[in-house]
This record gives sequence, structure tokens and C-alpha cells, in this order.
Amino acid sequence: MSSARARAQARAGSAFALPAFALIIALLLAPLAALLALSVTDYRLGAVVVRWIGLDHYAALFSEEVFQRSLRNTFLYVAFVLPGAVFGGLGVALLIHARTRSRTFYEIAYFLPVTATLVAMATVWQFMLHPSLGPVSRLLAWLGFGQVDLLNDPSLALGTLALIGLWQVIGFNMVLFLAGLSAIPRDLYEAAALDGARSAVDRFMRVTWPMLGPTTMFVMVTSTITAFKVFDTVVVLTRGGPLGSTETLLYVLYLEGFQYFRTGYAAAMTVVLLAFLVLLSILQAKVIDRKVHYA
Amino acid sequence: MIERWFTRALAHAVLMLGAAVMLAPFIWMILTSIRPADEVFGAVFKLIPGRFAAAENYSRAFFEGNLLRAMVNGAIVCLGILAVQLLTAIPAAYALAKLRFRGQGLLFGLVLFGLCVPIQVPALPIYLGLAQAGLLNSYFALMVPFFLTVFGMFLFRQFFRTYPDEVLDAARLDGMSEFEIVWRLATPAALPAIAAFSVFSVVAHWNDLYWPLIVVTSSELATPPLGILAFRDTESGGNYGALMAGAALVTAPLVVAFLLARRAFVRGITMTGVR
Repeated sequence: MSSARARAQARAGSAFALPAFALIIALLLAPLAALLALSVTDYRLGAVVVRWIGLDHYAALFSEEVFQRSLRNTFLYVAFVLPGAVFGGLGVALLIHARTRSRTFYEIAYFLPVTATLVAMATVWQFMLHPSLGPVSRLLAWLGFGQVDLLNDPSLALGTLALIGLWQVIGFNMVLFLAGLSAIPRDLYEAAALDGARSAVDRFMRVTWPMLGPTTMFVMVTSTITAFKVFDTVVVLTRGGPLGSTETLLYVLYLEGFQYFRTGYAAAMTVVLLAFLVLLSILQAKVIDRKVHYA
Repeated sequence: MIERWFTRALAHAVLMLGAAVMLAPFIWMILTSIRPADEVFGAVFKLIPGRFAAAENYSRAFFEGNLLRAMVNGAIVCLGILAVQLLTAIPAAYALAKLRFRGQGLLFGLVLFGLCVPIQVPALPIYLGLAQAGLLNSYFALMVPFFLTVFGMFLFRQFFRTYPDEVLDAARLDGMSEFEIVWRLATPAALPAIAAFSVFSVVAHWNDLYWPLIVVTSSELATPPLGILAFRDTESGGNYGALMAGAALVTAPLVVAFLLARRAFVRGITMTGVR
């Protein structure tokens, strides 16, 4: 390549990258710097005097009850959603993968919640769970559970949100598992059969499960991140209640930053949140690396 | 033989049960949206409405609430975001994949870092900036954080890397500028990736609640999720028929698109999974 051509390419490359650089600085790097700076001040929206307070906000995070509770609730929510999201998605994918004529119907049925606007569907769920008008409550009463108000019972509300979260995410994971399943070479099953793997359980344990390892890891990490960011259903259905039992990280962050305008404090909270997410993403990147080796 | 038949029947039973749970909210939404109010509150429960009230419920949702406006806003915001995303991400991705320039490694590193930063992180400073500039409550405020799509850059870069260098060199010998190569050669070749990314982007921003909730207070600028929330709160008297009609209207564009272009749609949404 001539040096004139190389120079022309370098010029074009810089020109093409310029808008991207500008956007990254304006919408990613500058906000991050501002976030770090804000997190060590007592700034509140509209304040005239701003004081440097060092790491006080970070220290406060670890003693303030609301944040601690939101942390607990979020981890609990993730723990509720994750097993169902992974094993439910895998189970559905395994069953659907073996179907031929009915496969399309099942795929559509399970994927539909993924495409639907969650805020709109949450209002539907609210109506479905209505203690006197909703079909779910009628069903529960008919099954002998008595009158239950799933969204207004402090011991049940978070679990109910988790079930709705599961309802939304399971089809997404199913599609990922289906892709993983169709990537498994057929001859592996034949080889396993020659080795004496007769039953379906044998074939699953010797071929399917190990071959799906990377997909499973990947699904686990993405489902964790998705569950970690639960927000819409909290806003629509519980607003953190009853008794703070559904206050989650993002909901508390939204309240502090954009309703109470405790800006500096919310900034510190965001930095902690980012630390969690970067950790999860590094895990995710590791998983993708592994996936490349298998593929 | 009988055992075979039995496992198949069992698989169908389990799948049908699951599908019933998955579809129940949709069915309930549709059934309620055509049910008159007196039957919603009626003592006797009927699955199929005795009298069809589709017209009154849907027209109420469409005209008395703010939903029509919200859906138009949703379309404007989604298309505006997508247009800027494609215009900035495609050339940058092409440069990352096929050109050598200063700052290339830095840009790619920033893209990878950006992949793990969700909107909730820069939201606070961007909000403060918009407030300072008096730009809250505008289409611009709704769109601006999403003009940057590191995910789009990453995805298109992966795609352009597979594009044959020989074709590019031939085009250069023919006298095509890099600018022409991006828009007349690389972009048409990348249409499948662009389609999948567009699905991904539109779905994400049509459904987004977090950011619109923060920057928009005027009902004139409500996006579909905000429109539904506002409609629910004004209908708190409990006109569930109209509310469900509203939910159906807001959900319909994406669900219909999904049913019409299932493969492309699934590919778009699950792209995060196969990147």
C-alpha cells in the first residue's frame, strides 16, 4: 500500500471516528467524571454552595437502612428469578427442540412476553392480580388459598414481581438455549449411543449438558444483569411498597436522584451500582471467550 | 411404542400448560378490552363477554387518554434515535474494522468499556446538563443519551471485519472514496445486521421507562409507557376495559412486527446473546 493511500485512509478513519469520539466524551466520559466529582460533594439540585465531603456518602451507603434494604431486596429478587430463568428456559428449549409441527406455535407463545411493552403488561398483571376482580385471585381462592392480595402483602410482593420478571425473561433464554441446542453436532449423540448411552437422561448428561455449558453460563450472567436492573414493574405495581419490601436498587436510585434530588448521594450510589455491573460484565466477557473455544 | 406416545403427550401437556401461563395476560387483556364495564365488575364471571364493547373501550383509550399522542411520540423518538445511531455508528465501525488511524485502539477500548455501562449510570449528570441548558421536556432530551450506541459500533465492527478486503481494494482502485465505500458498498452489505440492530434499538426505546420518566413531565411529550401510566392514573375509577384496550394498543405495534417478521425480530432482540 502506498503511503499516500495510507495517509488518505488514516484521514478518513479519523473523520469517521470523530462523531463517535465526540459522543463518547459527551455522553459517557464527561458524565462519569461528573458522577465521581458529585459523589464527594453535598450537591443537591439547585444548591448554590457546594461543599466537599470526601467519602461521607459512600460511608452513609453502608449504614443507611433504605439502601441496605434495597440491596437485600435486589439480591433476593435475583435469587428468585435466576433458577427459574435458567432451568425454566432450558427445560422449555429441550421440550420445544424435540417438536416438529408444533414448534412454531410454542416458540411464539413463549417469546411473546419478551416483545411486549413491560409497562403495559404490568398494568395487565395488576388487574389479573386484583384481589376481588382478578382471575388469579379467583383461581387461588378456588384452590383454597383464601383471599390473597399478592401485591399488597409484604411477604409476597417481591416474589410476585419476581414471577412477573420470570414470565418476561424465560422466552428470551429459551431462544438462546435453542440456538445452543441446534449447534450440537448430531454425531456426538451417535457416538454417545455407541458408548452405551441408552436413555434420554444418559444422552442429556453426557452430551447435551456439557455442550450447553457456555450457553448456560452466558444465560446465567445476562439473566443476573437483567434481574439486577428491575425497575418497570416496581414503578407500575408497588412503588417500593408494601413497607419497603420491593424497594430495589434502581428504584431507590431513581427516588434519591430524581425525586428527592439528593444528587451527591445518588451519584455515590450510581458509582457502587456501576462497580457491580462492571464486575458482572467482566464475568460475561470471560464467558463469551469460553464460548468461542467451544464453537 | 406406547412409551414413546406417552412421553410425547407428556411433553405437549407441560408445554401447553406453560404456554397458557405465558399467554394468559394477553388473552385476559384482549377479553377485557372488549368487555363492558358492568361485566368487569359483575358478580357472575363470564370468560366471553355477553356484550361486545370493543368500540367504546378502544375509542376511549385512543381519544380520551393521551395514548395516540404517546404512540406518535414513541415513533418520533425511536426513529430519531435510530437515525443518529446508524449515521454515527456505521462509519465509526467501518473505520474500526477496515482502516488504520490514530486513536483506533483507544476508541475500541472505550467501546468495550461502554458496553457494560447502562443508561442509569450517566443518567444523573446528563439530566443535570439538560436542566442547566433548559432542555428538559423536549424530544431532544428524550433522545440524546441514546445517540451514542457502543453496542451498535461493536456489532457493525464485527460484521465489517468479515467483509472481503479485495472488494474494498478494487473499489479504491476504481477511485471510490472511503466515504462512498461506507455508504454505497459496506452499508448495503450490512443490511441484515442493520435490520437486526434496528429491531433491537426500536424495541428498547419504545419500551423504555427509566429515562422518559426522568426527563419528561409534560403529557405532550409522553412516550408509550408514560402514556399508559398516566392513563391508568386518570382511569383510577376502574375503567378496566379502556385501560386494557390502551395496553393492547401500546403493545400491538411490536407484537405485530414480531409476528410478521419473526426470524428477524428474534435475531434482533437476542443479539445481545450472540454478540
